[in-house]
Amino acid sequence: MKPLLEVRDVTMRFGGLLAVSDLSFEVTPGHAHGIIGPNGAGKTTAFNIITGIYAPTAGDVLFRGESLAGQRPSNIARRGIARTFQNIRLFRDLTVLDNVRIASDAHARYALPGAMVQLPAARRAEQETITRCLDLLEKFGLGDAAYERAGDLSYGSQRRLEIARAMALQPALLLLDEPAAGMNSAETLKLVEFLGWLRDHFSVTMLLIEHHMQLVMTFCDRITVLDFGKTIAEGTAAEVRSNPKVIEAYLGPEDGHE
Amino acid sequence: MTRWLQYPPPRGVLLALLAAGLAACFAIEQFGLVDDYVRFVLITLGINIILCVSLNLVNGWMGEFSVGHAGFMALGAYLSACVSVKWLSWGNPLWMFPLAVIGGGLMAGAVGFLLGLLSFKTRGDYLAIITLAFLMIVKSGIENIPYVGGPRGFLGIDNHTTLLWTAIWTVLTLWTIRNLVYSRFGRGIVAVREDEIAANAMGVDTRKAKLTAFVVSSFFGGVAGALFAHQLQFINPSVFDLVKSTEILVMVYLGGVGSLAGSILGATAFTFLSQALQPLGTWRMVILPLLLVLLMIFRPRGIMGMREFSWFVPRREFPAKEEKK
Repeated sequence: MKPLLEVRDVTMRFGGLLAVSDLSFEVTPGHAHGIIGPNGAGKTTAFNIITGIYAPTAGDVLFRGESLAGQRPSNIARRGIARTFQNIRLFRDLTVLDNVRIASDAHARYALPGAMVQLPAARRAEQETITRCLDLLEKFGLGDAAYERAGDLSYGSQRRLEIARAMALQPALLLLDEPAAGMNSAETLKLVEFLGWLRDHFSVTMLLIEHHMQLVMTFCDRITVLDFGKTIAEGTAAEVRSNPKVIEAYLGPEDGHE
Repeated sequence: MTRWLQYPPPRGVLLALLAAGLAACFAIEQFGLVDDYVRFVLITLGINIILCVSLNLVNGWMGEFSVGHAGFMALGAYLSACVSVKWLSWGNPLWMFPLAVIGGGLMAGAVGFLLGLLSFKTRGDYLAIITLAFLMIVKSGIENIPYVGGPRGFLGIDNHTTLLWTAIWTVLTLWTIRNLVYSRFGRGIVAVREDEIAANAMGVDTRKAKLTAFVVSSFFGGVAGALFAHQLQFINPSVFDLVKSTEILVMVYLGGVGSLAGSILGATAFTFLSQALQPLGTWRMVILPLLLVLLMIFRPRGIMGMREFSWFVPRREFPAKEEKK
């Protein structure tokens, strides 16, 4: 099958620091693809390159076979790549509904003058967006909180809202940056269940960064392991687990010192 | 955004109040129901509301800090004066004056577009400094154009700003900005304030959002300037200085950022307060800034900051009423 996302020889340099070096991987449609690696391995940098926040020093990112080079982040989002952030970035002062609505607005098609004089077409589009977003929130179990301030939600609900907001973009590819951050193992188990539901219900392809090994190993179809900005292994959970390079990166070399 | 009063009144009430208000303005003009001073203050109030709500779009809803609003006012004032005194003076004020006001707004909006471009790369303090520089450029620019009277000012403008025209423009401004704020474009502007990176990642073209905010804001700043010029009948560049900008800032932060009700409240409080303090002479300019300082300490978002009077909120924004069982 043609890959949905191709990262080709991407290098990212910040001054003297080489954050990502010759990174290449492919994400197959329908897969949940995990990226793991120790702190500072370049995982979040890779996300920021894919979503257009950083322009890579070298290399290219292809989505549905087309290069994303030079695209603004908002354009990449509209093309079908949505994301969450490692430290939740909600619009805290806005209502839960407005959070989702801002993403959903990417699909509303009415012009500024029409909005300013309240043409029927603009009003109808607004009403449709509200209905669509309330439905979406209902699916995510946030229906009752729709008119609450996003910043007032519990931590778990905020994480869920951030994913709901990303899904309001109706993306083909969902990027999750450490979805299990700050969760205990019971909560993480529930998260795995939730992610499974998300994948089946919306048939969305996922690319996720995670520290939580158990989550990645049980949930992901394919795993890329990074260390110092380089890919050191790629494959299924079983392949990665038995790869000596991975063991070395995580546990250190076998005899302790070389 | 929190709301005052849970539900808006039936649709008819607001329209009836509006019609009554406009009729009252018409009657006052037609039959001279109030003396000239009261009329002057009421017109000033309308102009201040336009200034306040339009600056609020940039400083409140978008969360930037522009101090250049008096510059847009100046552009609108001078261009409209050119239209009504020099270019179309033969025209019937009934169509000529609206044209002059719109012309003033368009002029200011076009320059606002350029300022919006600068806001792509600079934010916060730096943008404030740029708008300050813009204000100085406008002022000294006008001083060096003999065609509009240079530093001596522009004389002989007819008094076209009636109470009715002011009321119409005030309502029009509030209505369009309200419609904007509760549309996808308005939410984009608010998203820039809340978190620009997240806004971008959610498909909001933050550049377009910033341009929209600046252009609409400066357009109505220009409209207010046009009304102002045809109220005073004499304008000179030094009127549109930092003090004028500061006055508008006081209104915005007094009434409340990101709120239509706050804008009306702030402009009203400011207009009447500055009239009431008139006997104090120059001390007035000590008391008003002091008010701003106290405000920033005790209520940094203003009286109605981020809250809205529910009459101004479109019906669709309210949760559907629970069905009775």
